[in-house]
Amino acid sequence: MKKILILTTALSGFAFAATAAEVTVMSWGGAYTKSQVEAYHKPFTAETGITVNSVDADNPATPIKAQVEAGNVTIDVADVEFSDAIRLCDEGLLEEIDPAILPAAPDGTPATEDFIDGAIQDCAVANIVWSTVFAYNKDNVDGTPTSIADFFDTTKFPGKRGLRKSAKATLEMALMADGVPSDKVYEVLNTPEGVDRAFAKLDTIKGDIVWWEAGAQPPQLLADGEVVMSTAYNGRIFNAAVAESQPLEVVWDGQILDFDLFVIPKGAPNKDEAMKFIAFATDTKRLADQASYISYGPARKSSGALVGLYQDGKTEMAPHMPTAEANLGNALVNNFEFWVDHDAELNERFNAWLAK
Amino acid sequence: MADATTNPTNTGLTTADGKPLKAALAHAQARSRRRAFLLVLPLLLFIVITFIAPIGQMLKRSVYNDGFTVQKNLTTGEKTPIMVNLAKWFDENPAGTEPDEAAFAALVEDLKQLKETRAAGQAGTRINYELSGSRSLFTQGARKAKKLQPPYKEALLELNPKWDDPKLWQVMRSASSNFTGTFFLAATDRTRDADGNIQRVEENRQIYLKLFWRTLKLSVLITVLTLILAYPIAHLLATLPLRYSNLLMIFVLLPFWTSLLVRTTSWMILLQSQGVLNDAMVAMGLISDGNRIQMMYNQTGTVIAMTHILLPFMVLPLYSVMRPINPSYVRAARSLGATSWTAFRRIYFPQTIPGIAAGGLLVFILAVGYYITPALVGGSDGTLISNLIAFHMQKSLNWSMAAALASLLLGGILILYWLYDRLVGIDNLKLG
Repeated sequence: MKKILILTTALSGFAFAATAAEVTVMSWGGAYTKSQVEAYHKPFTAETGITVNSVDADNPATPIKAQVEAGNVTIDVADVEFSDAIRLCDEGLLEEIDPAILPAAPDGTPATEDFIDGAIQDCAVANIVWSTVFAYNKDNVDGTPTSIADFFDTTKFPGKRGLRKSAKATLEMALMADGVPSDKVYEVLNTPEGVDRAFAKLDTIKGDIVWWEAGAQPPQLLADGEVVMSTAYNGRIFNAAVAESQPLEVVWDGQILDFDLFVIPKGAPNKDEAMKFIAFATDTKRLADQASYISYGPARKSSGALVGLYQDGKTEMAPHMPTAEANLGNALVNNFEFWVDHDAELNERFNAWLAK
Repeated sequence: MADATTNPTNTGLTTADGKPLKAALAHAQARSRRRAFLLVLPLLLFIVITFIAPIGQMLKRSVYNDGFTVQKNLTTGEKTPIMVNLAKWFDENPAGTEPDEAAFAALVEDLKQLKETRAAGQAGTRINYELSGSRSLFTQGARKAKKLQPPYKEALLELNPKWDDPKLWQVMRSASSNFTGTFFLAATDRTRDADGNIQRVEENRQIYLKLFWRTLKLSVLITVLTLILAYPIAHLLATLPLRYSNLLMIFVLLPFWTSLLVRTTSWMILLQSQGVLNDAMVAMGLISDGNRIQMMYNQTGTVIAMTHILLPFMVLPLYSVMRPINPSYVRAARSLGATSWTAFRRIYFPQTIPGIAAGGLLVFILAVGYYITPALVGGSDGTLISNLIAFHMQKSLNWSMAAALASLLLGGILILYWLYDRLVGIDNLKLG
């Protein structure tokens, strides 16, 4: 009897491998996951017969280390930010991805040249370019905010502000609002005085800030009137404004561009299917397709020409892309090296500042 | 007894077959003890495997970190020692020695090996925990180590002048041994300077002690609030006739069966500045539209939501203690001339103390470890130490730091538990 008990207990500890071919993809939830399901997952299943399970997290980079170290990996593909992809790769938590598996562009340009610079890394392949912008609710703001400085100006535009609860992007925006030109931001932030300056700027609106953590929160906070302006991932605002007709408006001044990349956690249960999925999802057509569900720029040059209308069939997508010429007036490209290096220190300081 | 009287030389009682009774008894007892032990063995094993061992692992992780000494291949599980040459140099030279050419040569040799084993990121991350900005130093150094020509000291400094930082060498020295107190120091807002002396970190980075203190204060406050709210409810439940009290019990238990997230988000809808409560007060003209009260994204929100969520944990032990209290005691006291206050204070209240003790301990310990609710409604000044532990577990991936913080929290709770035992006595605790 006891033997049986021990045996069953031991057995229940192992998850049984699924019989049908499948792949589990973890992403950021909300409108973004929806766009991926439409543009990648459904066509992938239709073409290969491999089922795609979609899971969401506030930040998909978060569970990877815990799962890999515990030797219990349940996700095959995760969609993560640039600095997280580099850091996880350095810590040996990701499978390497051979760029040779990526399909060439329709005109025959090899993938390594077709992707934007930096979009292919040892363990990661980029799918989109997105940005952190600030947006406001037209019903609750008198006048028109036009610059990042307006976001920090609570006398001219009274009301609460939403900001992501992390040092990344928050500090850069504070410096840009304080008059630092975008090409000098990381230089300034690399000095103790620069960090002090960023926090001093944040101090000026500290009492008016509502902190958000999940990408779905800012459109909600703006729509509820809980805040009058909020930083957000640009695609979420586009969807709330176009698909749900919320009175939200993006301000592109001071936007911070970043990649999202696909990675495969080390020891993923369906590694081969994961590779197939990444090769499929980052081809020219899929990346262009995704842009018709949410306003994120494709990471391949050849996809740009194919980006057309939003799924409603009348909204032009091109002007809503973070990479559109008109939106790059005062833009900052996220410096992943800087954040890989200073993430821990600046977040510690950020947390201490929050707790004050 | 007859045996004893007829046989005075016998030293004690014996069984029928002449064995001393004491030994026979001990033998029989040992058998039943063994059987009892075998019966609890499965549970014991379960607790050891799922509870004691992980806690032991956590304690170990808070003082043990081999990020700078061993590279572990996660797919094959094989371990390769890294930074061996430098560790040897550290062994041969006492702390405070100026790093010479030999030291830099050893360092370059190790950097080359880091490149081969792809461990530069890991080693750099380990140093980065203590000296921010040094991670890229290692990744860059490893990338270029192959090309460096002696004299190595000059070559490395040309690559990056940071390699000469005495603090960096102090950190590398301490990281080259697997056991370290660094994480406990950091968890109490302390650090070592370049000479290895302990000092407080600068003011704008001090956070952990403050949060420990805040966690303690808020947990005590929430415990007191739940007690004040739960006492009358439990009394009502215990004294009403069954058909009413069952209905009330359902009301107490319903939120208990609702998901924690649902309850927390409901509070968000009620409390936010454009929420139900504020809207109602504006509609009634109690406050103007411009001065809505901020009850969310701050400590107030944390206290309100957690008090509500932990209320059943206070009600149930109180109820189970109050239910069997005989009402005739209080009636007797009243008939002997006690005022209702005196009767409550001297007769009823003392009988409920075990319930208060149990509920208080339960709520306090749960409150200390709460983190989902403060993360959602706490804003900036309502977060607790557990949020920081979660941050280090999930975001900064510095698990040793998370383990050190968690160990301190565990130690603190054990001390409080010991105090509680001295003051109240753990035997007075009644859960039903």
